[in-house]
Formats: sequence, structure tokens, C-alpha cells
Amino acid sequence: MNNNLVQYIFSIADNSLILGQRLGELCGHGPSLETDIAMTNISLDLFGQVRSYYQYAAKLIGDDATEDTIAFLRKERDYKNVLLVEQPNRDFAYSIGRQFLFDVYHLLLLQELQNSSDATLSAIAKKSIKEVSYHTRFSSDWIRRLGDGTEESHNRIQTALNDLWVFTEELFHQTNAEKAMVSEGIGVDVSQLKEAFYKKVNTILEESTLQTPNIEYFQKGGKQGIHSEHMGYILTELQYMQRTYPNMTW
Amino acid sequence: MTEQIQHIDQKLFEILEAVSDPEIPVLSIMEMGVVRSAKLQDGIVNVQITPTYSGCPAMDVIGDDIIKAFQEKGLEAKVELVLSPAWTTDWITPKGRLALEKYGIASPLNETADKEALLGNKKLVKCPQCGSFNTKLVSQFGSTACKAFFQCEDCLEPFDYFKCLK
Repeated sequence: MNNNLVQYIFSIADNSLILGQRLGELCGHGPSLETDIAMTNISLDLFGQVRSYYQYAAKLIGDDATEDTIAFLRKERDYKNVLLVEQPNRDFAYSIGRQFLFDVYHLLLLQELQNSSDATLSAIAKKSIKEVSYHTRFSSDWIRRLGDGTEESHNRIQTALNDLWVFTEELFHQTNAEKAMVSEGIGVDVSQLKEAFYKKVNTILEESTLQTPNIEYFQKGGKQGIHSEHMGYILTELQYMQRTYPNMTW
Repeated sequence: MTEQIQHIDQKLFEILEAVSDPEIPVLSIMEMGVVRSAKLQDGIVNVQITPTYSGCPAMDVIGDDIIKAFQEKGLEAKVELVLSPAWTTDWITPKGRLALEKYGIASPLNETADKEALLGNKKLVKCPQCGSFNTKLVSQFGSTACKAFFQCEDCLEPFDYFKCLK
């Protein structure tokens, strides 16, 4: 088994799993029916993509591994998602701010991943690009609407972005598994996406009359499995059924 | 783009055509363009299907329905999900598009028109109820991943629009 490849798949797929779970919390609780449906639709797209990644990882791991054991039965340290996606919903501005920052990064990543020498990853990326382009359009629209909306909406989205900004740098931090995959032509060198990311984000913030947060320190750790205090709560809910009724199926 | 679908033997085609999309029952999976190939080999029918959207919950049901449809004809079938090439709304057949309209779902526009319509710049989506183009986007996301939600400003009926996916 190519352990670097498995770890690499986790580092991509876990982001979508945890963000999908966060978005799923809004099911029935969105600020309006339309946004409720939109957020959960995005969640569904992300879970669909996760399934493709985990099914592939399960094949590589072999033994009794399945997409479900990977999603539901790992320990906190084994999840390699970035800190950004595990941040709580708080208010709609936080959910949209988090979504927007992740979408811009996600699309840039997939546009490179489609050129991967690994045929499965390339196929998943090509499929996902279509969906993630739509997510990016949705979240960018909302950044403009909130930023250029009322004083209240402007202040709220600015506050959310200021708080979430510390988690952006981690997106471009390379782990050892990633470096190994880049050298094999399979993985994407995320450090190369940084400039395009901030440029794209800044353009939309400017259109939205929002300020680019001026922050000089950044937090990271998720990609190494060192998560924020929120992660345990997410996993408790995510894993509840499988832990309580082992091997249950729907 | 339908030419990309491999030739399917008439007998298998007919069985597959009887399987419908569980979320749009008027549409056969052949008209939907999700069947990529079907071959009879050593007594087993191998069918390849491709998802419309990654998270489409209909895919599992479609897979089960295909197996059941062949079983009824005394054939064993195996279904494989393939991701590449990725599904596009271009693969919905003309007959399928008509079936959608008749069912009350506006069929996908071309890519450029779709963008204009979904950004709310132009009124290009036709109301499947009264045929008016005086329609507005209510929500970019609709009842399923593949649709957006519109409303006709003439007959006031809300309806689903099947988003263009390229």
C-alpha cells in the first residue's frame, strides 16, 4: 500500500467531509428556505465527492477497509482536514465566509488535480470542478450581497472574515505526504496556489466594499491531525451511529 | 456528445430504456444519458453508469433498478460506476428534454445562456407551464442537486430548471 497516497487522499477528502458535516448542521436551520437548501445541496455535493475519494482509499488500504470505516471509525488525529473547515457556523456570515474562502481554494486545487498522473484522482477532480464552480459562484455572490448590503450585514461578514483569516495560510502548507505525491506527479503543490488565492479573494472583497483582514499570524495544525477544540464535537456527532451500533447499515 | 456512448445491443437497450430515473420518473436512464455502456459477456451483463452529480442519491437506486430489470428477463447484471468522462447535460437526449418539459421541469439551456439566466441577467428560461419567458430565479439550488428554482411571473407557477452542466 502506498501510504503517502492514502494520506494524500485523506488530506483532500477530509476537508470535504468535515465541511459537509458543518453545512449539514444547517439542514432545517438555514436563515431562509433558499439558503437552507443551498447549503445542504453543497453539503451533498461534497459528500458525493468524499465517497469517491474514500472508495479509492479503501481499495488502496485493502483488508476490511470501506468508505464507511474511513469516514466513521478513525480517531481525531487521523483526520487531516484544515482548521478552516471545522470552524462552527455561529451566524450566516461565518458560514458564508468559511464557504467562500474554502471554495476559492478548492476550485484552484481541483483545477490542478485534474492534471494528476493518477487517473482516479484526475477523474474525481474533473467531475468535482463542475460542482465546485457553482459553489464558488454561490458563496461569492453572498459575500457581495452581505458586504455591499446593510451596515449590519457588512459588519457581520467583515467580522467573520477577520476571524477566519487566521486559518487561510494553512491551506498552502505542504505536508510530507503531499511533498512525496508532488514529486511523483500525483499531487498538487499547494504552495503554488497561494498567490492566485489571495488575488481572487481580494478582488471579490474589494467588489464587496470589504477590507482584506490585516493579520500577521496564522494558525495551522489540522493537516497534521492537530485540530481545534471543535473537532471532537463534530466527530462525536458524525461517528455516533457507527460507534453505538457497530457495522450498522441503512 | 451522445456519440461517446458505446453502441448498446438492441435487446439490452430495450431493457435499460424501461428503467427510469427515480427522481424524474418520466425520464428513462437512457434518455438521461447516464448509461455509458452495456455488454453481455459470459452470461453476465456489465453496465457502466455515470453519476449526474457526485452526491446524487438516485445513483444507488438506479444501480439496483438495473439489476432488477435484467433479473426479470432472466439475466444477471453487474453495475459499475464510472466518473470519467464526467456527465454533462448535453447527454440528455432530445426526447428526454421533451419529457422533462412535459413533466414541468425546464430543460437545460446552453452554457452561455445558462450563466446569464442563473445570474439573473436575462430572462431566458421558459416556463414549462405556460411557455412564458417572463420568469425569475428564486434560488440557485432547487429540490435536487441538478436543479435551480424558478418562478413564472405571468402564470406565477414556481418550477424547477435543470441546470446546464458542462
